[in-house]
Amino acid sequence: MGGTTNLRRTRSWWLWRAVAIVATFGILAAACGDDDTDDAAPAETAEAAPEAAPEPEPAAEPEAAPEPEPVEEPEAAPEPAEETEPEPAAEPEEPAVVGGQVKVGMITTLSTGAAYLGEGIRDAFILAFELDGRYELDLIVEDDGRDPAFAQQLADRMLTRDEVDVMTGIVFSNVAGAVVPQVVNAGTIYISPNAAPSPFAGAQCHENYFVASWQNDNQAEAMGVYVADQGYESVVALAPNYQAGHDLVAGFKRFFGEVDEEIYTELGATDYAQAIAQIREANPEAVYFFYPGGMGIAFVQQYIASGLEIPIFGPMSSFDEVIVDAIGDVSLGLFNSSFWAPDMDNEANRVFVEAYREKYGTTPTAYAAQGYDAALLLISALDANGGSASDTAGMREALKAADFDSVRGKFRFNTNNHPIQDWYLLEVIRDPVHGDLTNTIVATILEDHEDAYASDCSLTG
Amino acid sequence: MNLFIEQTLNGLQLGFTLLMVSAGLTLIFGIMNIINLAHGSLFMVGAFVAADVGGRTGNYLLALLAGIAGAAVAGLIVELGLIRRLYHRDHLYQVLATFALVLIANQAVQMIWGLTPRSVSAPAFLDRTVPVLPGLPYPAYRLAIIATGIAVIVFLHLLVERTRVGMWIRAGRTHRELVGAFGVNVRLLYTLVFAVGAGLAGLAGVVAAPFLSVESGIGDHFLILSFVVIVVGGIGSLKGALYGSLMLGLADTWARTYLPDLFGQFVDPSTAATAGASVASASIYLVMVVVLVVKPNGLFGLADE
Repeated sequence: MGGTTNLRRTRSWWLWRAVAIVATFGILAAACGDDDTDDAAPAETAEAAPEAAPEPEPAAEPEAAPEPEPVEEPEAAPEPAEETEPEPAAEPEEPAVVGGQVKVGMITTLSTGAAYLGEGIRDAFILAFELDGRYELDLIVEDDGRDPAFAQQLADRMLTRDEVDVMTGIVFSNVAGAVVPQVVNAGTIYISPNAAPSPFAGAQCHENYFVASWQNDNQAEAMGVYVADQGYESVVALAPNYQAGHDLVAGFKRFFGEVDEEIYTELGATDYAQAIAQIREANPEAVYFFYPGGMGIAFVQQYIASGLEIPIFGPMSSFDEVIVDAIGDVSLGLFNSSFWAPDMDNEANRVFVEAYREKYGTTPTAYAAQGYDAALLLISALDANGGSASDTAGMREALKAADFDSVRGKFRFNTNNHPIQDWYLLEVIRDPVHGDLTNTIVATILEDHEDAYASDCSLTG
Repeated sequence: MNLFIEQTLNGLQLGFTLLMVSAGLTLIFGIMNIINLAHGSLFMVGAFVAADVGGRTGNYLLALLAGIAGAAVAGLIVELGLIRRLYHRDHLYQVLATFALVLIANQAVQMIWGLTPRSVSAPAFLDRTVPVLPGLPYPAYRLAIIATGIAVIVFLHLLVERTRVGMWIRAGRTHRELVGAFGVNVRLLYTLVFAVGAGLAGLAGVVAAPFLSVESGIGDHFLILSFVVIVVGGIGSLKGALYGSLMLGLADTWARTYLPDLFGQFVDPSTAATAGASVASASIYLVMVVVLVVKPNGLFGLADE
C-alpha cells in the first residue's frame, strides 16, 4: 500500500509539472495574442503618420494660392511672393497644434463572425489620424469577443492602469450596455463608433457619451418607412435576441406599423433553419431582418438555400459590403437603409474611400465610415482644445459642436449627443470601377432625422 | 402541419449532429472513465481542417475526410501525450488538464488560422432543396446530415455489439483488470476508442460547418450540449446518447417554435417573442432537470454499484 502511495506521489509530481508547463504555454499564448493587438496599432500609426501628413493639405493649397497672386500684384517679383503666400494661407486653417498626443482606449469586436466590424472601425480610426497627420495617436486596442463581462474588465484596465483620455470602439449594444456607464461615470468621454442602444439616448443619456454613428432605431426607422411605402402589408421581422435586436425591430415598427410576427434568435447564432421554417409558415409579403456580421451571411445564405422567395429588406447592418460579397450576385438589386454609402458625393468621403482602398485594399463598410467619423470628431475637439484632451469640460463642449467634415456630408448633434442626419435607400450593385459588390444611394428616405428618445434626455443644447 | 414537419426535421438534424459529438464523449467517459473537456476542441479541429482543405481544393469530400482524419490524429496525440497519464487520476485532474487543452486549442487555432471566421460550403450535389411534402421544400444537405447520423449510430452499434473489439470495449467498461488479464491490450484499446470518438467529433464539425462560422471556440457550445446529452441519456450508454441527442434536438427546436406562440396567449406578441426566445434557449436544461429528477442516472445509465 505504502509503495503505491509513493508511486502515486511521483506520478502526481510529474502531472503537476505537466500542468504547470501546459498552463505556462497557455498564459504565454494568451499574452502573445494580446501583445499583437496591443502593439500593432500604435506601431502602424507611428510609422505612417509622418509620411501621410504632408500629402493631402499642401497638395490642395498651392493650386489655389497662385491664382489670386498674379491678379492682385502683377508688378511684384513673383518669387518671394509665392514663397511667403502659402505659409500664412496654411496657418489660419490649421491652428498650430503640432505634436499633440492623445491616448485612446478602443474596446471593439475583433473575433467572432463580427470581427470585420471591429476591424473596419479600428482601421478607419487609425487612417483618419494618419491622414490628419498632426496628432500622435496612442491607441490601445482590445478585442471584447462580444462578451460584456470581459469588456468591463478591459475597460477597467484602460481607465485605471492605462489612464486613457478617451474611449471608443464598441460594436455590440450588449457590450455597450455594460461598459458605457462604467466609462462615462468615471468621468471619461466615450465616443461611440457603432452601438447606440435606446436607453442611452433617453433617460440614461450622459454628458460624456457621444454617438458618431446613429441611434440604433434610426437604421430600422428608415427601412420601416420604405417598406410601408412599397405597399407591403404583412411583414415578419427577425433579429438577434439582445438590446440592438429589440431596438431595430422597435424602430421598424415605429414607422411601418405592427408586424405579423417577431422572431428573436440567439445572438451569434449561425443556423437559421428554425426561423426560416417559421417564416415559411407565416408566409408574409416581405421579410425584414437585422443580422449584422456573420449572422447576416449565414441567414441570407440559408434563406436562399431554403427556396423561399419572399423579398427581404433590412438596415445597412444586414447588407454591408462583406455580407453582400459573401452572398454573391443574388444580392444584386436588394435594398437597405443607411446614413452613408461608399459612393456618397462629398470631398471628405472621396478622400476617405480612396485612402481606405489604397491602404487596406477593400471598399470601406459603413462601420469603417463610422470609425473614421468618430476619429474626425475627436480630432475636431482636440483642435478646439489646443491639442490636449485633458480638459474634459472643454472637450465636451467641442465635441458637441461637431465641427468636422463628416463623410456623410453633414453632421450635427441633437440635445442627447446623438446625430441628426439624413437616411437613404441603398441598392446593392456591382462597382463599375472595382468590380466588387457594393451599395449605392438611390433615394433619400428621411431628412434631418432625430431619434425617438431625445425628449427623455435631460441634457440641453 | 408543414411547420411541425419542417421543425421536426430541423430538430432531428440538430439531434443527429449532437449525436456524432456525444457518442464519442459517452464512449470515452463511460468506458475509459475520462472526462474530456477537449472533445469540443476536436470538433473545432475537424471544422477548421475541413475549411482549410475545402478552401484550397474546393472538394467537399476531400475536406470531409481531412476533417475526420485531422480530428482523429489530434485525438491520438492528446491520448498518447496527456490522457494516458490521467486514467488513474481523480476527475478533477482530468478536468483541469483537458480544460487547459481547450484554452490552448482555442489560442492555437487563432494563431494558425487567424480571427476571421471561415466557411465551408455544402457540396454542390446537395446544395438544393428536396420536396419533402407538396409545398415543403427542404435542403438536401440537412437530410444528408440526418442520414449520416443514422449511419454513424448503426456503425457504432454494430462495432460495440457485434464485433470482438466491441466485446472488449463492453467488458472493459465494467471489468477492466479482467479484460487485461485475458491478454487484451487495454491501453491500445483505449487509444483506439479515443481516436474513434475524436474522429466522430471531427465528422460532426465538418457536417455542421456549413451552418457555422468556423471560428475559434465553436466547439465549446457543442461540448456543453453534448455533456447535457450524455447526462440525460446515461453516461456510457450509446443508446442513451441516441435518445438523449434526439430528445434535446427536438426539444430545442420545438421550444423555439412554439414557446413564443404559447406566451403570446398571455402577453403582447413583442414581449412573448422576446421571452419565448429566452426561455427556449434554456429548454434543454429544463429537459435535463426533469429527466434527472425522474431517473437520476439518466435514461439508460447504469445504476451506481
